[in-house]
Amino acid sequence: NTPLSLLHHRHPHGIQRNHLEHSHFFTHSDNATAVELYSKVRILCWVMTGPSNLETKARHVQATWTRHCNVVLFMSSVWDDGFPTVGLGTKEGRDQLYWKTIRAFQYIHQHHLEQADWFLKADDDTFVVLDNLRWLLANHTPEEPVYFGKRFKPFVKQGYMSGGAGYVLSKEALRRFVEGFRTQVCTHTSAVEDLALGQCMEKIGVQAGDSRDTKGRETFHPFPPEKHLTENLRRDYYYPTYSFYPILLGAQSCSDLSISFHYVSPEEMYMLEYLSRHLHPHGYRPRYQPSVPPPASLGNFPVHNKNADAERATGGLFPPNSPA
Amino acid sequence: MISESSSFVKGMVLGGLFCVFVTLIGHNKMGHGSKAHHHEHHHIQAPNIEDVSNLSEAERMELSHSIRVYCIILVKPKDLGNWAAVKETWSKHCDKAEFYSSESVKVFDSVVLNTNDMWVMVRNAYKLAYERYKDEYNWFFLAHPTTFAVIENLKYFLLKKDPSQPFYIGHTVKSGELEYVDGDGGIVLSIESLKRLSKIFEDPDKCPEQGGLLWKLSEDKQLAVCLKYTGVLAENAEDSEGKDVFNTKSVGSLIKEAMANHPQQVVEGCCSDMAITFNGLAPNHMHVMMYGVYRLRAYGHNFKDALVFLPPADSDND
Repeated sequence: NTPLSLLHHRHPHGIQRNHLEHSHFFTHSDNATAVELYSKVRILCWVMTGPSNLETKARHVQATWTRHCNVVLFMSSVWDDGFPTVGLGTKEGRDQLYWKTIRAFQYIHQHHLEQADWFLKADDDTFVVLDNLRWLLANHTPEEPVYFGKRFKPFVKQGYMSGGAGYVLSKEALRRFVEGFRTQVCTHTSAVEDLALGQCMEKIGVQAGDSRDTKGRETFHPFPPEKHLTENLRRDYYYPTYSFYPILLGAQSCSDLSISFHYVSPEEMYMLEYLSRHLHPHGYRPRYQPSVPPPASLGNFPVHNKNADAERATGGLFPPNSPA
Repeated sequence: MISESSSFVKGMVLGGLFCVFVTLIGHNKMGHGSKAHHHEHHHIQAPNIEDVSNLSEAERMELSHSIRVYCIILVKPKDLGNWAAVKETWSKHCDKAEFYSSESVKVFDSVVLNTNDMWVMVRNAYKLAYERYKDEYNWFFLAHPTTFAVIENLKYFLLKKDPSQPFYIGHTVKSGELEYVDGDGGIVLSIESLKRLSKIFEDPDKCPEQGGLLWKLSEDKQLAVCLKYTGVLAENAEDSEGKDVFNTKSVGSLIKEAMANHPQQVVEGCCSDMAITFNGLAPNHMHVMMYGVYRLRAYGHNFKDALVFLPPADSDND
């Protein structure tokens, strides 16, 4: 009996009803690809928050982008049945960030592992475009030991992912992370959540992935859109030291299919939701027309876990999985 | 330029003559169909998608090309930052866009109007635009440099509207008997309206160059008065849900209002999916809007749009 299972309340946390009930239908649009990816690339989102942020920040995250996750959990130090939030049994504060992260992933591993293929961490001031994350991940499988985010350069040989810009672990990466703590290969080394997690990832053989689009433009962003689009971040004091990939400027700083932005205010959450999912320039054919992810990506991989296969059977869209 | 003392004297005279004037105006017949107590608010709607789904591919392409929008952006030297932003962003999507400036500015080309008076700028810009472009464009869009416009949505809105009819469209405001388009949200005139306007400009009683009557009307009201004399009335543009498509405020402001007024339905209630304009944007916000409108999108959602518009040449931020 781990302390976590003692804390666990029997609540049907997080599982969304059909997300299209909540999300806005574009009128006169064809959502078939998005609907397909929703069931093929299942993402559990967990949002790092705390009691004092629920009404000021987490509420607006809950009203916007997390509606498009397959499963969403708001992680706090304490349980809140109303919001709802999961209680991790930690304290609050910057020095608790890595503890909360470790406990959050352990909780998810224990209670939600079969509900998703990928596991996204975000802050309560991170904005995420889930459909674009699915597009990125459709070319990978949950059995790969990989994680994606805004890749930083220093301290870790393969780099590590910015905590604020959000990062997503494959199922295999999550398994290895939890196993790493069970065997003490990974421990709570520091309070700097993203760096410590990145060091653990390297130790356990989880690859730091390249999340850039097919034109080399970044998709995860550690700042709001305005900063990336209008400032010359090559002249920033820290950014060139941290950015793993060459810094592109102006319009090239952000992919059309951007996945995340950080330091986003509540108003900007709604604005980005409106701009990315609602306001549409009638008839406009975008310059960037990336190809549809290959449907075979989910069909042909070696079987590791029979239960996972059963979960994944989509009954019609794709041929049944066969052992390698 | 009207001197301070002249304005003061006018104000003094105004006070005395106010009642007489109001009575006179109320009885004045202005244009066709205007009744004494006509409080009707004019609305005009976007096309229904069903109206256009019957068109063939060839008809759609032809339609897309047939709606030709000429953009007039009125600028002054103090607007330099916004001028640059408009030049670099949405104005590239007009069939042609020109900047009409109060005075010559070294760093940018413009049509120089040599006046600081906003109403005179509006008059002269429309006059010049009509003279030079009456055969080349069928719709004329006037904006300020704090406005961001989605020209594709403007064209879609105008899809089934005949430019040889007198249209005067935007975000309207009622001021007593006068309904006028608020210039902050952008003003759309069909070629027919512009033609009639050009004629009435030559009538110094109905449409004087120096302000209106004894007091100065704002230029957007003055425009409405002149157009009304020619039988052209303002219409408020709305989508199929009744939401305004021309906005005099920024997305951020509208979101803030929505968060206060209907917090459960912020995005759904705030703004139209086919919004044409927003106003009150600083230069950096224009770049964010350009990215947010033309580039940032959720993968996997495709649109069955009636029209087809390709990205402009020599541009990378759309």
